[in-house]
Amino acid sequence: MTNVAIVGAAQTPYRRRRDDASLAELVHEVTVAALADAGLEMGDIDNIVTVSNDFWDGRTISSMAVMDASGSSYAGGKNVSTVEGDGTFGLFYGAMRILSGVYRTTLVVAHSKGSEGDPMMITNSMFDYIYTRPLGLEFISSCALQARRYMDKYGLTEADFALVSVKNRRNALRNPYAQLAGELTVEEVLASPVLADPLKRHDLSPISDGAAAVILADSPVALRLGRKPVWLKGGAFCSEDHFLGDRDLAEAPALREASRRAFEMAGVTDPFREIDVVELYDACSYMELLWLEEMGFCPRGEGGTLIRSGETAPEGSLPVNPSGGVLSAHAVLVAGLARVIEVVLQLRGEAGPRQLGPKPVELGLAHGINGPCGQSHCVLVLGA
Amino acid sequence: MKKTELLFLKEDVDIPYNWAAGRYGSLFLTRLRDEGKFIGNRCPSCGKVYLPPRVVCGPCFTPPEEIVELGDTGTLVSYSVVNYPFIDPETGSRRPIPYTLGYIRLDGCDTYLSHFVDETDPAKLTPGLRVKAVFRPREERTGRLQDVLHFKIVD
Ligand SMILES: [Zn+2]
Repeated sequence: MTNVAIVGAAQTPYRRRRDDASLAELVHEVTVAALADAGLEMGDIDNIVTVSNDFWDGRTISSMAVMDASGSSYAGGKNVSTVEGDGTFGLFYGAMRILSGVYRTTLVVAHSKGSEGDPMMITNSMFDYIYTRPLGLEFISSCALQARRYMDKYGLTEADFALVSVKNRRNALRNPYAQLAGELTVEEVLASPVLADPLKRHDLSPISDGAAAVILADSPVALRLGRKPVWLKGGAFCSEDHFLGDRDLAEAPALREASRRAFEMAGVTDPFREIDVVELYDACSYMELLWLEEMGFCPRGEGGTLIRSGETAPEGSLPVNPSGGVLSAHAVLVAGLARVIEVVLQLRGEAGPRQLGPKPVELGLAHGINGPCGQSHCVLVLGA
Repeated sequence: MKKTELLFLKEDVDIPYNWAAGRYGSLFLTRLRDEGKFIGNRCPSCGKVYLPPRVVCGPCFTPPEEIVELGDTGTLVSYSVVNYPFIDPETGSRRPIPYTLGYIRLDGCDTYLSHFVDETDPAKLTPGLRVKAVFRPREERTGRLQDVLHFKIVD
């Protein structure tokens, strides 16, 4: 069986509102840029996976509207399929299509504009319409329930979570694609307006517009291209039950299992020592610690100790979200591909002012989530 | 080049649905309406009691066919005092803030029920508090989860 490599990647800068571009224009922009990055042309792409969501786009079968912009009707038409979930899930699907042996190159492109609809109504709509939607649960309030449960069960504090916001917003200062960046203090995070306690303004990711694309190729194609390929060494995704109440929100067994499978596939036995960079889906500050614990980078309940140790800062032994993470830019669905792209740049040594080192970056992890409070998790292990 | 004038199209969409509660959901909601009682169902394979009752225990992939009557008291496992404006999906107008969302484990149940708690002072809230359901009067109940007004603290 062939290996799968990421041979091209591109993203838009993430901004609160991209007035200047329609969704198709965003998709076209990153498609063209990813092809240029790979040194390929549209004629070289065998199939396409688009990633979009009907509620965010405000139209049924939202993928249909960006198919021409992603090249699907080029030269008589290509096989195009759609994932309605995070971009990492789209990448996983695209990789499986190459592993099938039928396709040699796959374009995966994700888009979303948080600015065009009403994020609260849209995220409220992911909940069950009989039992939970009428309560008004949406992204922020459901995350608040999870944060409180995590604090209560494992003894973490709001100050632990604030350290994540401080680190990631500082990291974003060196990432021109990020939307929110700055030098925050723990005190400033703790004193920011309480939206749904224990979550405050600075614990939350922003609303963003943006798009991202990656091009996958099989080994012969990847090795023929001039650019250093980034190999997909391991990958898995797992899901939990739909009802929030069926899950203990302080636990993420789907992430535990997805990590276990991805590490096994990649031959990783000691993730803390072997992984050089982690880009994970920190839609809220506390998620970074909860996800790191469940991936096995530290024991359960030790996420606060880990962030306080400084090891997850760019100069630490396990840099986490050197891009600034989702806390600094959150184009829904796109954000997982943005994690992948940051790992690709770090592995290629092309991360500019935020390039990690001096120890070479050889193995990275990119993570995406889907559904309320991380119902599903995708873990991808990428290597140079 | 001349600067392009950017245009926008605003649309307020109203797309109505008429959702079926299903066999178990209808049983749950009619008992809630007529008797002011919660029912769940128990998985014969792992023993887990589900509320709302549903067609399958996900982890066992077994139908939890045994109907279980549950009490109206439970434990507040998590909560959040919500402080930002939100358009109430029920009324279409802005819901008064603050209000408190709870994540409640009813006695005898293995899942958590999300519902309102009628206490918005964070100093009076802590995980582990005992809570009790407050039902609307019988004549106001229509067979929806909102037939329960909220939970109150009984400690
Ligand atoms: Zn079971």
